[in-house]
Amino acid sequence: MIEPSDHLFRREAGRMVATLTRIFGVHNLALAEDVVQDAFCRALEVWKFRGVPENPSAWLMATAKNRALDILRRERTARTYAPELGRLLESEWTLAPVVEELFSPRTIQDDLLRMMFSCCHPRLPEEAQIALILHILCGFSVDEVAGAFVSSHTAMEKRISRGKKVLARSKRLFDIASSDEFADRLPAVQRTLYLLFNEGYHGASPETAIRAELCREAIRLATLLRDYPPSSTPATYALGALMCLGAARLPARVDASGDLRSLFDQDRSRWDEELIAEGRRLLDLSATGPELTEYHVEAAIAWVHTTAHGAEDTDWQMIISLYDKLMAIRPSPIVALNRAIAVAQRDGPLRGLEEIRAINNFDRLAGYPFYHAAVGEFELRSGRHEVACEHFRTALQLARNPMERKFLEQRVAACESGRTATTP
Amino acid sequence: MSEFVFLYRGGEAGRSPERVQQSMQKWMAWFKELAQNGHVKDQGQPLERTGKLVRGKQKTVTDGPFAEAKDIVGGYTLIEARDLEQAVELSKGCPILEVEGGVEVRPVMKINM
Repeated sequence: MIEPSDHLFRREAGRMVATLTRIFGVHNLALAEDVVQDAFCRALEVWKFRGVPENPSAWLMATAKNRALDILRRERTARTYAPELGRLLESEWTLAPVVEELFSPRTIQDDLLRMMFSCCHPRLPEEAQIALILHILCGFSVDEVAGAFVSSHTAMEKRISRGKKVLARSKRLFDIASSDEFADRLPAVQRTLYLLFNEGYHGASPETAIRAELCREAIRLATLLRDYPPSSTPATYALGALMCLGAARLPARVDASGDLRSLFDQDRSRWDEELIAEGRRLLDLSATGPELTEYHVEAAIAWVHTTAHGAEDTDWQMIISLYDKLMAIRPSPIVALNRAIAVAQRDGPLRGLEEIRAINNFDRLAGYPFYHAAVGEFELRSGRHEVACEHFRTALQLARNPMERKFLEQRVAACESGRTATTP
Repeated sequence: MSEFVFLYRGGEAGRSPERVQQSMQKWMAWFKELAQNGHVKDQGQPLERTGKLVRGKQKTVTDGPFAEAKDIVGGYTLIEARDLEQAVELSKGCPILEVEGGVEVRPVMKINM
């Protein structure tokens, strides 16, 4: 008996909602979600007795299509549907062929893009855009999105339903055929996918499974952008490169005993070579045109790391100059912190501490555990175990999940044993 | 060996894609285990939750559903087990129990002639 492939329903949910919303209109998003839910219930009931069909995606899509046709026929006068399709859905002569066409596999990619661009509505804050994309396009439940952001169910439910209201009020889905609007919105979409990836990569979520899934979803959506010529810009390639090169390191971030490993002390043989190769390929493709984006620079930094065997033979000079570029393009305290860590690698911990003290708005880092951990690390390397210990303790109080806690506890222990070792 | 019918009642209302996925995997694993141990005579069929009810001499036809959603039979399976006790034991592994559904275990009447 065939088993449903991993995350089949989650993946299909996004495709089905995107297509159904294209037909029903964005103001009927809830109806589209109901139809998907119906189709899933039906699949569950039928498949558990008769087994998974050979092409489960096609089965689900066909079920959704038939249900959509039912609704369009039955509620023809009670509702208004997508304004773009207007009359075509009103006449029985055109209804079935139009719906058939809209469900054809080659239009689905466009539907997904339309939905992705619609979710990145300028009236929505970035975190709401990411939440909507995860919920609508990636099929994550409210609880799963809340888990990814380490937020409460109620808060996330509010954020998502507010987001859906903004979408519904926008009257129609984003028009990907309008080249001016498309080019205007593209940077926001890239930014949202970047943040989605980062949420997986650096976020607070404790479960490695969730992190890997967020990264995988970001990579999948970035691929959609690359496959559509108007959005396959150098920045989009660079974004894909930085995601692949970053995701390549995920398997080594947690070691066999479940401990968090910093970049300096990862088993690099566990880095994913296929992803590195794909990242390299995309990085090469991104090197056209005059524009140098933050994605180019971040991808380049990730690339430099993949060329070294460890911290000792890493080209820190190159990494520092790339961070300088990044500070010029998109300055932030986090970028400055990472730059300071690179400086410490090149010039020693005291220089690292100087750089950290010089960070503008460093108070914005006060709640970030790895800011305090970095200071602690430099103090420890300078031989000031007690000061280092204090910083690691502060970091420990800010730890966002059990893995971070365990990692920082071990650093505190290292300071303490170091202190006893040096005390005569 | 005796035969029993499992009638699956209720369960399975609006859930997230990942929960549907998990539910599907549990059902398949459960059926697989039952089959491997030789308990499945006929895996059965799902039933639509709507239909018609025809009653009495007047042959009055009414619309389903005939019961509350939680009591509607959504499918059946023909099971082989030693006795009622074993059949009940087998039914306890059914994933429908995790989603507030129930399994009705009914012995198929034996006729000794």
